[in-house]
Amino acid sequence: MKTYLVEIKLNGEWQKAEVTAKETLIEVLRNKLGATEVKNGCGKGDCGSCAVIFNGKAVNSCLTLALQANGKEVTTLKGIGTEERPHPLQKSFVQHGAVQCGFCTAGMIVSAKALLDHNSKPSRDEIREAISGNLCRCTGYKKIINAIQDVALESKL
Amino acid sequence: MNEIDYITPKNLEEVFRAVEKKKRKIKFIAGCTNVIPYMRGEAISPELLIDLSSLENLNYIREENGIIAIGALTTISKLTASEIIRNQSPILFSAASLLGNPLTRNRATIGGNLADASPAADMAPPLLALEAFVHTKRGEGEGREISLDKFFLGPNKTVLAEDEIITHITFSKPKDSARGIYIKLGLRNSMAISVVSIALMIEMEGKVCQKARVALGAVSPTPIRVYRLEKNLEGKEIDQEIIQEYSVILKEEISPISDIRASAEYRKLATSVLFKRAIQEVLKGEKT
Repeated sequence: MKTYLVEIKLNGEWQKAEVTAKETLIEVLRNKLGATEVKNGCGKGDCGSCAVIFNGKAVNSCLTLALQANGKEVTTLKGIGTEERPHPLQKSFVQHGAVQCGFCTAGMIVSAKALLDHNSKPSRDEIREAISGNLCRCTGYKKIINAIQDVALESKL
Repeated sequence: MNEIDYITPKNLEEVFRAVEKKKRKIKFIAGCTNVIPYMRGEAISPELLIDLSSLENLNYIREENGIIAIGALTTISKLTASEIIRNQSPILFSAASLLGNPLTRNRATIGGNLADASPAADMAPPLLALEAFVHTKRGEGEGREISLDKFFLGPNKTVLAEDEIITHITFSKPKDSARGIYIKLGLRNSMAISVVSIALMIEMEGKVCQKARVALGAVSPTPIRVYRLEKNLEGKEIDQEIIQEYSVILKEEISPISDIRASAEYRKLATSVLFKRAIQEVLKGEKT
């Protein structure tokens, strides 16, 4: 199998991996670069659980080829905040009980972060729109929207 | 499993040099939002992926001398952020806002949406109603300019040769008096593939319709213009009776299929309802 070398700036650090032309970004992130915080849901762009920030925009990493990320910046949930140093969005999700099974959370926070990066005072509708590519089957979205709105209102960024 | 090669040309010369050298099954890729699921499902088995996403000079939205030009590599989210698109072609703007979801809109390109040629492609009905042209390039020769209504041949089939790429899309800026609307009926609001979609543009003088363009998605093997309906509308005073009559005629102009999303019968009924809704909204004078 022919392989290619890619270099990806993952959460601020350049990382290298050998990939095939067919390999997707999520496969490389999870299986070769240890970024298992990126969740593999539907694998076809329906659920948003694999969302990452790719050159400043939230995208599905299952619908991006690893080779397309060569020389580019990728930010995952861990690049937004860690257990030791959580981002205000992560704290707010915990405070609002916006996490139940947690599978969608990584993608939700990535989409929310991409929104707040471009629009620090989004309306409720803008928040709903921004996370409309992320499915949650537990919470009914209300607490997630509250959690994001709270961060925006309190200017906790 | 076959070997797949990948290249990412920096300019058109490199694209065509790669095409010439490799006598293999090539696939042009950009946003990959459809190509990756196709490859995974083995619906396609390319041997060489030519990634066009680095062709920065095909990523633009311009307005010049009344012509709006959009580079093929322009993402759908760039369309939704464009003042030119929002102000000059609101039907394209609303179709772009309804395509997929924010995550896919950040990757999917306008050229890819057309080249993929899904009968439900969101970019097609508004661009058909705007009488857009697809500009292509193949090798060193002169490019082609193809009227969009001659571009689609069937589901996932276009007039493009295997080694021909879309460079840009153009259409004339609609007249100030033109009004339009795009309505998409999906099974949900986000991430929906159209069950039926309609783009309508009309120019009225008083109560008389001067010009009408009606395009539909997901009700035929390709996105279509409904010429007979357009002709019928032009030169007429549009009243409720005519709207009702034409909404029935419209059902004869389409040939929907039954699939996972809806039955053919439902699609016919829904098309008729969407047409009525679209024309009534437009006559109300709302610029959508």
